[in-house]
Amino acid sequence: MTILCAGINHRDAALEIRERFAIGNHELQETLNNLRAIEGLSGAVVVSTCNRVELYASSIDPMPVMDAIRRFLKTRTSGLEAPFYTEDSLPSVKHLFRVASGLDSMVVGETEILGQLKQAYSAAAEHGATNTHLNKLFQHAFRVAKQVRTETSITRGATSVGSVAVDLAGKIFGDLGGRKVMILGAGDTSERVARSLVSRGVRTVIVANRTFDRAAALADQIGGLAVHFDHWHTAFDEVDILICSTAAPHPIVTREKLEPILRRHNERPLFIIDLAVPRDVDASVHELENVYLYDIDSIEEIARQSLNIRQGEIMRCEALIDTHVADFMNWMRNHPNPSR
Amino acid sequence: MQNFLLIASTLILLCSFGYTLFRLGSGRLRPGRTNLAALVAAFVLLSADLWLRGQVQRSCPINSLFDVVIFMAWSTTLIYLLVGSAYRLSLLGAFTTPLVLLLLLTAEFAPINRSPSIRALRDPWIEFHASLSLIAYGAFALAGLAGIMYLIQDRQLKKRKGGTLLYNLPPITDLGVANTRLIWLGLGLLTIAFAAGFVSGMQVNTIKFWTSATIWLAYALMIVLRQVHTLAPRRTATLSVAALAFILITLPAIQHLSAPK
Repeated sequence: MTILCAGINHRDAALEIRERFAIGNHELQETLNNLRAIEGLSGAVVVSTCNRVELYASSIDPMPVMDAIRRFLKTRTSGLEAPFYTEDSLPSVKHLFRVASGLDSMVVGETEILGQLKQAYSAAAEHGATNTHLNKLFQHAFRVAKQVRTETSITRGATSVGSVAVDLAGKIFGDLGGRKVMILGAGDTSERVARSLVSRGVRTVIVANRTFDRAAALADQIGGLAVHFDHWHTAFDEVDILICSTAAPHPIVTREKLEPILRRHNERPLFIIDLAVPRDVDASVHELENVYLYDIDSIEEIARQSLNIRQGEIMRCEALIDTHVADFMNWMRNHPNPSR
Repeated sequence: MQNFLLIASTLILLCSFGYTLFRLGSGRLRPGRTNLAALVAAFVLLSADLWLRGQVQRSCPINSLFDVVIFMAWSTTLIYLLVGSAYRLSLLGAFTTPLVLLLLLTAEFAPINRSPSIRALRDPWIEFHASLSLIAYGAFALAGLAGIMYLIQDRQLKKRKGGTLLYNLPPITDLGVANTRLIWLGLGLLTIAFAAGFVSGMQVNTIKFWTSATIWLAYALMIVLRQVHTLAPRRTATLSVAALAFILITLPAIQHLSAPK
C-alpha cells in the first residue's frame, strides 16, 4: 500500500491561484465520490483551507492513480496543474506530519491547521472515504502534532499584534474577565485588538473617537459604550487597558494627565497599547509604577521574537517527526494489504 | 540514618534545581511537575528526619542552629505545598527549591552549632512558640519568593521584551496578591507564636526581643500600608524580599541568644 499526496499550498502559489483549487464544504461529498471512483484508489481525504488544498490518498497501484488524480484536478481548475505530487509514501507521510505540526503553515507553529485537518479527516470518514491506512495515518499525525506542541516551543508566544496584546494583558491581569478597556481613536488595528480582548473575557469597552458617530458605530459592533473624545479622561477611572490609535500629531496621554487618575486607581495596573504613529502616549508614562506602556514597535518586536523562537525549534520538531515517520513506515511495511 | 535522609533530600533538590537551570539555559523553562515532585520527596524525607531527631531529643527538634535551619527548610517546603497548589502560581516551585536547598546546604556544611540544648525547650508553650515562629518564617520566605517573582515579572514587562520568563511566570497581579496573602499568613502565625511566648513567661534576651519585634512590626506595617493603598505592590514585593534577607541574616543571632547560658 502507498500513501499519495497531491495539491497546492501557500508556498507554491498566490491566493488567486489557490482559490481556484479550493473545495468548499458543499462540494466535498461530490469530490470524495469522484476520487473514490478512480480505479485502484482505496481511500482519500481532502484538506481545503485558505492556505492549502491537498488530497491524501492510499493505493496499491500509485502511478495510474496519481495520473487520474492529476486529471481530476485539472478538470476542476480549467487546466491548471497542481504544483506538487508525491507518489511515494515516505514524503507524503512526512508532509502530513509537518502540516499537522504547523511546520508547513504560513505562521510557523500555528495550531488552527490541526483543527482543520481533524475536520477534513472526520468529513472523509463520515463519507466512508477512509481506510485502515488513512485512519492510522491521520491518527498518527494528530499524535505527532500533540507531541510536537508539548515537547517543543513551536507554538510559543504570540505572532500578531492582537495576540501579543492579549498575551501581555494576560501576563498583567491574569483573568481578563471583568476588566475594562478604553479605545481612544477607532482605527482598524485598535478594533482588532479590542475584539481579541473581548474574546478573552473583557466585558466593558469604552470607545472615544473625534467623530462620535464612528465611536458609536464601533461601540455598537463590539457591545461597548461610546463617549465624546473630549471627555475620555472622565470615564477613565475604572479602565484597566487603554488602546490608543488616534491621528493626533502630539501625545494626548501625558504623565501629567495620568498621574492624578492613577491615584484613584487603587494600585491596579494599567496596560496601555499605543498603536498610533506618531505616538499618542508620552513615553515617560512607562516609568510610572504599575503602568505598562507598549507602542507598536515593541509589540511587533515581541511578535518577531516569538517567530524567531519558533524558527529555532524547527530542527527539534523535524527530529521528532522523523522518528514518527519511521514508526509509521515500519507499520506500513507490516501491513501491506488494503482493508476498509 | 538521619544523615542519609538529609543527604537524600539535598541531592533530590540539587538535581531538580540543576534540571531547572538546564531548562532555563536552553530557553525551555516551563511550569512542570519536577520541582513539585522534588519538594514533596524532600518534605517526606525532612519530616522523617525531624521525627527521628525529635525522638532522640524528646522535644520538637529546634534546639540548635543546625536544627533550626533544617526546621526552617521543612517549614518553607510545608508552606509551599500548602499554599503553592492553592494559588496555582506556576514556577513558584522553581523558586522555592533553591531556597530550601540553600538552607539544607547551610545546615550540612556551614560551621554551625549542632549540639542540642534540650533543657531549653521542655516547656510546651516555649516549644509551640519556637516551632510556630519558624513556620511563620516559612510563610515569610514564600512571601519573599513571590516578591522576587513579582520583581522579575515587573522587570520583564517594563523591559518590553518577550521571552521564556515573561511567558512562564504567573500574571503580575496574581503575584502581588500572593505576596500580600503570604505576608498575612506569616504575620498571623507569628502573632500567635509571640502570644504563646508571652503566655509561657519565658525570659527573653533584650536583643532577641527587639529583633523579633522589629520583624513583626515590619511585616505589620507592610500589611497596614498595603491595605490603605499607601504601599504599592512593587514596593511591598521589594520590602518582603528585604525582610526575608533580614530574617535569614538574624536567624543565627536569634538562635544564639535563645540558647541557655
